[in-house]
Amino acid sequence: MTTYSYFPGCSANSTGISYTKSADFVCKKIGIELEEIPEWCCCGTSAAKLTSYDLGYALPSRSLALAEKLDASRPIVAPCAGCYAALKDALVYAQASKENLEHVRDMINMPYEASVQVMNLLEVFSTQEAKDALQQQITKPLSAFKVACYYGCALVRPVEVCKFDDPEDPQSMDTIMRLAGAEPIDWSFKTECCGAAQQMAVPKPSRVLIERIFQNAEANGANAIVTACPLCWMNLDMRVKAINKERAEAGKPAFDLPVFFFTELLGVALGGDAKTLGIDVHFQPGAPAFIDQKVKESAQIEEERKLAAAEEARKLEERAAKLAAKKQAKAEDVHSPQGGEQ
Amino acid sequence: MSRIGVFICYCGSNIAGTVDVEKVAEVARTLPNVVHAETNKYTCSDPGQAGVKAAIEKYNIDRVVMGTCSPRMHELTWRKLLADTPVNPYMLEVANLREQCSWVHKDKEVGTAKAIDLIKMAVAKVDKLSPLKSTQIPVTKRALVVGGGIAGMQAALDIADAGYQVTVVERETSLGGKMVMLDKTFPTMDCSACICTPKMSEVGSHPNITVKSYAEVESVEGYVGNFDVTIREKAKYIDYNLCTGCGACTTKCPTKVINNFEQGMSARPAIYKMFAQAVPAKPVIDAEHCRKIQENKCGACAKICPTGAIHYDDEDKVTTERYGAIVLTTGYQLIDWKPLYPEYGGGKYPDVITGLQFERLVNASGPTEGHILRPSDGKEPKNVVIIKCVGSRDPHKGVAYCSRACCMYGAKHAHQFLDKVPDGRCFVFYMDVRTPGKGYDEFYMNTLQDGAQYLRGRVSKIYKEGDRLVCLGEDTLTSAQIRIEADMVVLETAMVPAEGVDKLGSMLGVTRDKDLWLTEAHAKLRPVETNTAGVFLAGVAQGPKDIPDTVCQAGAAASKVIGLLNHDHLESNPQISRVNEALCQGDGACVNICPYHAITLVQKQFRENSQKITRTVASVNPGLCQGCGACTVTCRAGAMDLLGYTNESLMREVDALCQW
Repeated sequence: MTTYSYFPGCSANSTGISYTKSADFVCKKIGIELEEIPEWCCCGTSAAKLTSYDLGYALPSRSLALAEKLDASRPIVAPCAGCYAALKDALVYAQASKENLEHVRDMINMPYEASVQVMNLLEVFSTQEAKDALQQQITKPLSAFKVACYYGCALVRPVEVCKFDDPEDPQSMDTIMRLAGAEPIDWSFKTECCGAAQQMAVPKPSRVLIERIFQNAEANGANAIVTACPLCWMNLDMRVKAINKERAEAGKPAFDLPVFFFTELLGVALGGDAKTLGIDVHFQPGAPAFIDQKVKESAQIEEERKLAAAEEARKLEERAAKLAAKKQAKAEDVHSPQGGEQ
Repeated sequence: MSRIGVFICYCGSNIAGTVDVEKVAEVARTLPNVVHAETNKYTCSDPGQAGVKAAIEKYNIDRVVMGTCSPRMHELTWRKLLADTPVNPYMLEVANLREQCSWVHKDKEVGTAKAIDLIKMAVAKVDKLSPLKSTQIPVTKRALVVGGGIAGMQAALDIADAGYQVTVVERETSLGGKMVMLDKTFPTMDCSACICTPKMSEVGSHPNITVKSYAEVESVEGYVGNFDVTIREKAKYIDYNLCTGCGACTTKCPTKVINNFEQGMSARPAIYKMFAQAVPAKPVIDAEHCRKIQENKCGACAKICPTGAIHYDDEDKVTTERYGAIVLTTGYQLIDWKPLYPEYGGGKYPDVITGLQFERLVNASGPTEGHILRPSDGKEPKNVVIIKCVGSRDPHKGVAYCSRACCMYGAKHAHQFLDKVPDGRCFVFYMDVRTPGKGYDEFYMNTLQDGAQYLRGRVSKIYKEGDRLVCLGEDTLTSAQIRIEADMVVLETAMVPAEGVDKLGSMLGVTRDKDLWLTEAHAKLRPVETNTAGVFLAGVAQGPKDIPDTVCQAGAAASKVIGLLNHDHLESNPQISRVNEALCQGDGACVNICPYHAITLVQKQFRENSQKITRTVASVNPGLCQGCGACTVTCRAGAMDLLGYTNESLMREVDALCQW
């Protein structure tokens, strides 16, 4: 059992409820405990830094200080990519120099050492311990899922701050999905911008950003998109309806790609049902049906694979038996040439 | 008593602008043993030099301080001047009043005070110098050219035509370098092979030229006029005296190896000729991939060879020969863009190719016989994107410098594509278009008229959608986001120095700049010499350039070599180390530090306190010593002295600065 200090972030009980539910389910299954940091506050997101850099560092630092107070030896887990980026940026800032640390302490007026490690949920599931536990617990491999792993911008950039995965072609989510039996496709929009808050400010021009993500995922053969960020998920899952409407007017085919959190699919592989995992509250109504359909197909594929493997084993055995018989006959030939004649 | 003359130069306003030259001369007149001090507007000019000579005669001067520019600039000029007078050319000290004084100061008072200090030091030093005489070293009248590309071939031919023996060492199995890989050359669109291969065959058959292909320089010893060079010729496994070059062996080899000459776009056998017109026109066996040599199986080539020229037990041949001069023409390679540009796919898309790959694609003897076809599926691309400055002019990703030829060959590629695929479209992303050269801008304008669309901006991402490569970029002139669906992308990548040039440079004492290009002795006035006497350079080894500039430089290097080899003897530099044997402890510290292997320990007999004793002392080979002075600072006993820079004279200099 590993315990992490948990920073839920503002989306945890609103737009990202499915993420929270599914992460809870999966964590419990594989023995990860998340203890919420008491009195955590807003991470500041991009808005705080636009107001003032001090505010942008002070807000997340306050929560980091509270986490230290809770248990300085545990890493903090922030499932939301935006929270993760804000917390990690504040941490790296305070660690850069004594002056910076002093400055942060002055601002938050709390004891603070900038000593707690900040992790995102992908990082947690990339630890050997979590991977081993997952492997053991998987009951329904996702063999029929061809997923486009979409990381978004905040998990891997800026490289100097995150130091977590390749900024152009990250692999951590792909590895986790492969572990769950799914086939992650090779595509090119893993870390392209989803439009983030611009989707609220200027929705029409920003929709292009989402459209090309769907476009590339579909062109490379995905049947679902998987994310690790509540804002990415919302932008993609919510806005595809408007995009499909526009496409219909332009005579283009609609996208038929449900969008999941990676924890939701892990939950499915671990035997969770759509309701427990929050899949029933997606914007795209077809998500639960898609899961049912693909789980069935996956089972079928697994069955076929088992049969094929059994057949292969039988053939091998047969061949081995034949070979052994031949050898035996030869050996007898050599030992009793007269017996052969009789 | 010495009689010192001090000559201070205005250098127009170069020195006089920040140094009160007359005041410096006035102070100089008060210094001990100075019998005369004067100033001149331009001391290096003819009337200036005549003035110095006249003063030497008039005041019976026996040693001279020149308060002028850097000794790197004019020390030799002053030496030559003194050679015409009764003053020994080494009784000279140059006070650097320009590069190290007037040019670096703005305040005239500060500049003048520093100039006075420099003159005081020079006067103190020159007072302690003694006359030196140079000796004569013989010149071996043969030249070595390292690298058999167009620069090396041109230099070799020019030297050989002047009547001297030349050896060309080429690392690859054939002469030709990069030029022979190119299809056509801008701006005239000459077929590159048609003008390069005749040179190759001329080099191969020239009575004064020996070609050592598949060979590398292993070590160099000696000095100008007498370099002892050890060359390793790799085993070719074929007796070139027996081989007729019929090529039967290459048809029977079952092994397939990636063909580097075709830039990885086709395969070749393990016994191969680099290309059809290779010189020498005979194959070699690539031992690493040969089944006979690796596994002792096959042997098909030996069976078919009609002359029995194939020997699987062939070995590397190492020879050491003496040369009077060396020309380095080691050329370049293209930067490995793959790890630098993950956003361009980092090499996972076969249809994102380099300029050199395009050259092979468009070449009639290339893997597609001159049809422009995509490497991935062999289809003819209709939309081609060309990206310039990939790795160049970008210190964050690649190198900071401009690779110079890419603007022109980028335009050439656009022109060739539009010529061969008339219904195609070509987009060129550029940072600047740089076309300085005869007929170059006209060529670029023609490419625009051909229909190439030039977009000023960078491509931020290339990704695959279906079987097309989508290029996202920006047109910075219209601030428009650009999205182009391309069938093929050509990256015009940066030139970087050829592999191994660093080692070769160290061997010869030739410096490399921060980008590892070989450094010329003077950027403007000694462009083909290096800081090591007798070693010259030409072509891209010195920095990116196009073929015309390379050929010019090769000719210039050749003329320098011819000038050197024309001498029967060279004057040696007498400013070398001398051992004070009375002080020498024979501990060999100097032997270890000498970069030229000029010092050895010897047993010598001495008479001390009326007894004969034998001691170990250091001995300097005057031919090898370059006068670097490393030994003088290493010697704990102070037994090493650099003539012209003796310990005593340097201490006097320091005293002059500190005590007066």
